[in-house]
Amino acid sequence: MIFKFDKANSLSENDVTDESIYKQRRDILKKLGYLGAGSLLAASGSASAGPLDWFSSDKAEAFKTTPLSFKKSNLNLEIQTPEQKATSYNNFYEFGTGKGDPVEKAQSFQVDPWSLSIEGLVEKPITLGYEDLFSTFNLEERIYRLRCVEAWSMVIPWVGFSLASIIKKAQPLSSAKYVSFQTLYDPKQMPGQRSRFVGGGVDYPYVEGLRLDEAMQPLTMLSVGMYGKTLPPQNGAPIRLVVPWKYGFKSIKSIVKIVLTDKQPPTTWQNLASDEYGFYANVNPAVDHPRWSQARERRITSGGLLTQNRIDTLPFNGYEEVASLYKGMDLRKFY
Amino acid sequence: MIFKKPIRIGPTKFKIFQWMMHIVILAWLILVFYQGLTDQLGGDPVQSLLDFTGIGALNLLVISLVISPIASYLKFGQFIQLRRPIGLYSAFYALSHLMVFIAFELQFEMGLVLSEIIDRPYITVGFTAFIILSILAITSINNIKKKMGRKWFTLHSLSYIAVILGGIHYLWLVKSAWYEPAIYIIVSLLLILLRRKKLQKCSNSACMFIYTVLLYMHTTWIYRQRAPL
Repeated sequence: MIFKFDKANSLSENDVTDESIYKQRRDILKKLGYLGAGSLLAASGSASAGPLDWFSSDKAEAFKTTPLSFKKSNLNLEIQTPEQKATSYNNFYEFGTGKGDPVEKAQSFQVDPWSLSIEGLVEKPITLGYEDLFSTFNLEERIYRLRCVEAWSMVIPWVGFSLASIIKKAQPLSSAKYVSFQTLYDPKQMPGQRSRFVGGGVDYPYVEGLRLDEAMQPLTMLSVGMYGKTLPPQNGAPIRLVVPWKYGFKSIKSIVKIVLTDKQPPTTWQNLASDEYGFYANVNPAVDHPRWSQARERRITSGGLLTQNRIDTLPFNGYEEVASLYKGMDLRKFY
Repeated sequence: MIFKKPIRIGPTKFKIFQWMMHIVILAWLILVFYQGLTDQLGGDPVQSLLDFTGIGALNLLVISLVISPIASYLKFGQFIQLRRPIGLYSAFYALSHLMVFIAFELQFEMGLVLSEIIDRPYITVGFTAFIILSILAITSINNIKKKMGRKWFTLHSLSYIAVILGGIHYLWLVKSAWYEPAIYIIVSLLLILLRRKKLQKCSNSACMFIYTVLLYMHTTWIYRQRAPL
């Protein structure tokens, strides 16, 4: 497999600065013996990255990402989240419920060989191996806002292709109405799947679903990379869904199976708490989470406490073009 | 029953120990704030600070409450002296927690501060715990303590309510990982069980207050379980 290195997508100065700060921080922590002391007093490893870490992340060798060749996005209207933050602050409960757990525990995750199948109500089921993920479709960069249901957000340059292109290739039957997705189930590699304590009490494998018309919407993409390179495991390597107008938990990671169905498929968070997380999960500032407000969000960019920005959350996360998909629906009911 | 020999440490050694405790608790808080200001606290420094100060306050409160049973079990009278400073630090961490929430989470929108405290049960519960800790911190001044007499002990048994409210605050804010907050609640209940004889001496008014709090918690729990809008 050859990934051509694209000069235009080499790291920017910003990213380099952030990485050096990151390393610096690790060094300072080590010098102070801080991580050791931290694990003594902190009763919880999962509440936070940083001060409450249970383990030092220094022991694991970082996962190797590869530069990708793709059509660069010419839309860059907002300040992007620094790569270092987007790849170290993650929700991926298969590797633990703390934001820093995935980056610490997923570095030895095996992505090659991989198998992604598209099956169910289709004319021509497809199975893609690891290298097919990068070579079957033309890759393009798309810079999307990502809004987490926990009221923080990022701006991330993804690399991938429209989900519609792979579904069209499989030729859906007219009876197909929904698309369901499944994350890899591999307890040997994913500590959260071995223990309910680590995995936040979720029943694995993680599953998600979309209506077929949502899946065919051109914004919906399968991502195989970010910041010009292949995805790191904590962000859902080797292939993940990105649905920018829905809360982040809809954008399922490390997908092994896509099934077209005629019935609305179950989704993990709906199974866990259906009064808090619905099937649609469209970003909607007017409908609060039962326990917290969704009216605003904290945009994660660079800079410390004093530069933190809380901004208004936009309906459909600012992707108003999808509103027509939900015409006539009561979005308070179908949250 | 075996009569253990009481433990006593030399006054200098104990002073050093006390100073170390002060330095660790304060330096840790300062260090984490410094990291937050210089963007060394991970992706979301505000969230990291909220987590650190919140869990810190809860841990310190639990520690302050286990000091008495440990001291009486080990017959280690000096140990009791640490109870007040650690309790005060717990209140101080809780104050930092609230300040981070107001300053960095809500960015000083005072209307929002008020409505969040009222509308969000997990914040209402946390805020109640903070109010209790503040009252206990103020009344921990020696002169006030002397003036209050027996009532002081009744009032300060509210720390057990505060620790349970803290645990519930934590429980209600997590998405699904309820095990850790549950551990705090169980530990708090065990502590109350351990101290039940002492707590029974509380006056009727304190019992009334505790019942009110429990009733209130029950209602908010129902609110939390309600069908979505």
